[in-house]
Amino acid sequence: MEDTFMFAVLTLDATLRVSTPLIFCAMAGLFSERSGIIDISLEGKMLSAAFIAASVAAVTGSAWLALVAAICVASGLALLHGFACITHKGNHVVSGVAINILASGLTVVLGISWFQRGGQTPSLPSSARFMPIEFPFTDALNGTPLLGTIYKELLSGHNILVYLAFLVVPLTWWVVFQTRFGLRLRAVGENPTAVDTAGISVSGLRYRAVLICGLLTGFAGAYLAIAQNAGFVRDMTAGQGYIALAALIFGKWRPFSAFAACLLFGLLDAIAIRLQGVHLAGVGEVPVELIQALPYILTVILLAGFIGKAVAPKAIGQPYLKER
Amino acid sequence: MSFLKQTMIVGAALMLSVSAQAADDKPAVVFDMGGKFDKSFNQGVFEGAERFKKETGVAYREFEVTNETQREQAIRKMAQRGRSPIVGVGFAQASAIEAVAKEFPDLKFTIIDGFVELPNVQAVLFKEEEGSFLVGILAAMASKTGKVGYIGGMDIPLIRAFGCGYEQGAKYANPSVEVIQNMTGTTPAAWNDPGRGSELTKGQVDRGADVIYAAAGGTGVGVYQAAKDAGKLAIGVDSNQNHLHPGTMLTSMVKRVDVAAYNSFKTGGDGTWKSGVQSLGLKEGGVDWALDDNNRSLITAAMEKRVSQAKADIIAGKIKVHDYRSNNSCK
Repeated sequence: MEDTFMFAVLTLDATLRVSTPLIFCAMAGLFSERSGIIDISLEGKMLSAAFIAASVAAVTGSAWLALVAAICVASGLALLHGFACITHKGNHVVSGVAINILASGLTVVLGISWFQRGGQTPSLPSSARFMPIEFPFTDALNGTPLLGTIYKELLSGHNILVYLAFLVVPLTWWVVFQTRFGLRLRAVGENPTAVDTAGISVSGLRYRAVLICGLLTGFAGAYLAIAQNAGFVRDMTAGQGYIALAALIFGKWRPFSAFAACLLFGLLDAIAIRLQGVHLAGVGEVPVELIQALPYILTVILLAGFIGKAVAPKAIGQPYLKER
Repeated sequence: MSFLKQTMIVGAALMLSVSAQAADDKPAVVFDMGGKFDKSFNQGVFEGAERFKKETGVAYREFEVTNETQREQAIRKMAQRGRSPIVGVGFAQASAIEAVAKEFPDLKFTIIDGFVELPNVQAVLFKEEEGSFLVGILAAMASKTGKVGYIGGMDIPLIRAFGCGYEQGAKYANPSVEVIQNMTGTTPAAWNDPGRGSELTKGQVDRGADVIYAAAGGTGVGVYQAAKDAGKLAIGVDSNQNHLHPGTMLTSMVKRVDVAAYNSFKTGGDGTWKSGVQSLGLKEGGVDWALDDNNRSLITAAMEKRVSQAKADIIAGKIKVHDYRSNNSCK
């Protein structure tokens, strides 16, 4: 009983760590896609941000400077995406793929020329990273059954970016559903003509949306490179940008649903990691392949049977053309 | 004028290299995924090749494979350029080497860590289970909780063999020790996923492991970092990785891939290159455990004595380390 409880708490603890970059990315994608800009370049922006964060942290030794640099670079790429898709009315998917390829190649090339380590950055000391924060009173509460364990293992002991990710979700909801900017943002993704008729700049709104998207992917990248890990490794995002995009669609472009989807993916991953090599009663050792396929199998089942139809914003992927 | 000068310089350089090595010596190496700076397997080969270059002054061609389909293309390209010997790094290149070696029977090929039997292929294999056995002894002796961990890269028999040797070593030193084993993944991406490596490590630490051995290429970087963050010990692999985190790297299981690469280049030049399968274990100096200034303080005299004894016993044949690959099982 005690063991099972500990297993559950520690699995949830890992879930928080694993789903943090997904949450940042899913919220980033939400802003962009709600305004009508398809963004498959989450992956590339996150990767570039991770690389710059690791490089700046390695050179300056400051995690905060690294975070700022990561946000700047990710926002820069977001503006590039905006320039192609909004100003020049290019195809969103093509521009997104281009950014992903650019990021995947450029990070390695710059890494080789800056650090001569084959695209890796030097390992960072603890002082140049976001380290776990211990909450006060963890030791005082340690004796308390259940509550003490939950407080110590689950709530306390994450780095600041994890907590931030969990704040970003209600913030996103508030901005998108409770503010005037959010109303316009949603409108421009559904019916840009109406927004234009009301005298509001479609391009301006969409640029602001992709900029917020860039900012949030900057956080995600910095988390990967200087909080979860201690340096940059080639292609270290490992497809998480796409998973976040899947979570966004899974959550029907709503903040809390997308958040839940991110947590679900994170939880399945955490369970997969912990179930490996464990002997289950009556089943024996679970094969690695099955464990690792579990998140995808469940996604298919949930998508097919329980979630229902996901309806995208109506004007998504369409460049806005004023009548000539 | 300047053209003439250039020609003369190039000519002189050519003559120099010819005098140093035989005329047909044009070595090449194809690194595998993970890259030549993975601080591990590929980097070992890279260091061997660099040493050859420094000693002989003969330049070699290299290519770094970044996805699976490039392996055969890269090796064939080297063959078409008349390169020989061509060194393929890693078991995953075995089928590519086999295909290309058949097409170019006059060229020499070396596959490190893979099994190919052809008249013009040299296959260099290692007895990883023996080296892993030794670090397993050290892990069990250093562990305070009686639980040690192993994290493999891609789930293949070779990587299982590391874990199996490690488990046997740990049990040899302490029969009641518990060995927790994890694999990072089932695709080649598992060689380069430090984030997942770090998560797996945290998972094992949560389950009580306090010494963790990783045989996972670039993924290991995340394992060692996470072990350090948690204040636990880690064991490196392939190259001597003790320097990565002095103080928390207990030791490394070194596989002398650098020697294999160096020897292949060297013998390819002086005509003593031989085809066939070689299997390098403790006896041949192909595998070993690493002791240097970075981990000296972690290794007690008792540990050193025990592991040296076990090493001598394995070489003498008194201890038989079971190879997972012989029957696809650790029994």
